[in-house]
Amino acid sequence: MTQAELTAPQAAHSPARLALIGGGLIALVALASAPFWAGRADLRLLMEALSFLALAQMWNLLAGYTGLISVGQQAFVGLGGYLFFALAMFSGIPVLWSIPLAGLATGLIAIPTGWIAFRLQGAYFAIGTWVIAEVFRLIAAQFPALGGGSGISLPVDLARSIAETRAGREMVMYYIAFFIALGAVLGVWLLLRSRWGLALTAIRDSEPAAASLGVDIRRVKFLVYIGTAMGTALTGAFIFLQKLRVTPDAAFSVTEWSAFVIFIVVIGGLGTIEGPIIGVILFFLLRDIAADWGTWYLIGLGAIAIAVMLIDRRGIFGALKARGMPSLFVTQRSLK
Amino acid sequence: MEWLNVIVQGVLLGGLYALFAAGLSLMFGVMRFINIAHGDFIVVAAYLMLVMVLTLGLHPVVGIGMVVILMGIAGYLGQRVLLNRVLDADILPPVLVTFGLSIIIQNSLLETFSADSQRVPSGGFATASLSISQDLAVGVLPLAMFLAAIGVIGVLQYIFFRTPLGRLLRATSDDPDIVPLMGANNGHIFALATALASGVVAVAGTMLAMKTNFDPTIGPSRLLFAFEAVIIGGMGNIWGTLAGGIILGVAQAIGAQIDAGYQILAGHLAFLAVLILRPNGLFAKAKG
Repeated sequence: MTQAELTAPQAAHSPARLALIGGGLIALVALASAPFWAGRADLRLLMEALSFLALAQMWNLLAGYTGLISVGQQAFVGLGGYLFFALAMFSGIPVLWSIPLAGLATGLIAIPTGWIAFRLQGAYFAIGTWVIAEVFRLIAAQFPALGGGSGISLPVDLARSIAETRAGREMVMYYIAFFIALGAVLGVWLLLRSRWGLALTAIRDSEPAAASLGVDIRRVKFLVYIGTAMGTALTGAFIFLQKLRVTPDAAFSVTEWSAFVIFIVVIGGLGTIEGPIIGVILFFLLRDIAADWGTWYLIGLGAIAIAVMLIDRRGIFGALKARGMPSLFVTQRSLK
Repeated sequence: MEWLNVIVQGVLLGGLYALFAAGLSLMFGVMRFINIAHGDFIVVAAYLMLVMVLTLGLHPVVGIGMVVILMGIAGYLGQRVLLNRVLDADILPPVLVTFGLSIIIQNSLLETFSADSQRVPSGGFATASLSISQDLAVGVLPLAMFLAAIGVIGVLQYIFFRTPLGRLLRATSDDPDIVPLMGANNGHIFALATALASGVVAVAGTMLAMKTNFDPTIGPSRLLFAFEAVIIGGMGNIWGTLAGGIILGVAQAIGAQIDAGYQILAGHLAFLAVLILRPNGLFAKAKG
């Protein structure tokens, strides 16, 4: 029997795609040099946007490729934040090393968590992950050493240990955010171009078909769940380093770390790497425009998410792609 | 005796949780769809009750009737106009649409009624109690709610197994592709199921409004209680849902007795324990 062979992921170099690559490179250079041109407020905004981009890529990988719809990713943002504070304050590990360690430790916690959550399927899984996040929130409020229900601030000398001057600290923090976001985008892209990516894409398109081709669906899903938990926690650790304060309600906020992230991914385009990027840009533009609208901004955001589901559930990039827009991050293979 | 008291309070609280859960379970049973805004719908019913009793000055019983009718109509229309468009094998669209609705409802309530905590007065009813023995007293209001919960679940059971509407709902639950071939209209059946579920939600919300303080943000935690009661009891078993609600209520009451901060946590832990030991719930009817 002849075997169908697949090419490596590649795309034709059409003028439109070259323009896209050019635009992407310019954006990358602009972001990489931001501390040298952006003001303090802009830099803070960029850090926040980069954090959301990383969270959105993680949720996109989980939901867009394995079909696991979690509304409980705030569990991992919060665990990352809390473990980071605990490690930095009590273990004597340098502050910057505490960030990746908080991510790793959360990965360990995610193993039993996933084992429980995976007993539920589909929409039940979604709500189950939310219950688990609530359990972590309530437990976090029970530690007096971490401020209990009212939370705790990062001691000044720990913040100082990153860099002596305020400008120096901001530059270090910006590059942490930059590399977390870049790592999330490139990490997801490289994963999807690998053999694992083939399995993930097969699962996305049809689980029975993927299983019949020998993909161990449960194992792949579980590993992606653990991996995205670590990425989410790493980002969470950074978010609360930037905020310099962690409270149970802020760390385990379902609106902030699940609703907003899900809206970003879905409005931009689920199951594409470009989608979350577009979603983050739109989300922050909209937030800037609607800064004075208060709750009406949130009502509008909910309405937009509903509108996307009614008009074209593939999201902005999905709809553009269907109309011939080339991808910046090519993951598609074709038959040789 | 103190612990007996705690357990009795927990059982009575469980009746309210079973009411929260019944609507959720009904919609999932017929449409395979979980409404993330379920708890927020309960809170909407509570605010409607507030308007009926405080603004319009209606008697609470009339108020409950009005809220049930309004919520039923809103449920029917909402399902036909919005939710039916996003129902298919893919679970993301309904999850996302109801997540969006949840945020819209919470913020609209905040805009209309402010973040202040509210409560619907129910006269002397709220504080009256029956002494069963020297140190065991049962509040009249919690007892009435518990009986109402059993009544509503009994009515649901009757509708489901003894009426033509129930037959349609069960048939649609079994195979939504075949029922239209027999001349039924799925869009209409789904909307009827949501109308029925919304009526139950309305009863739950009005009870909540009379029993405790509420504000626009408490919806999500009511969704989680409802969900936990459904899973503990076992999917597809409506009396199991009542048992699930009671187990959750008792777990929370025991937690609260140990330390006020443990009330909600104890309920969640009871749920996780059931999930680990009996993933299909304690009283699951069918497997798979």
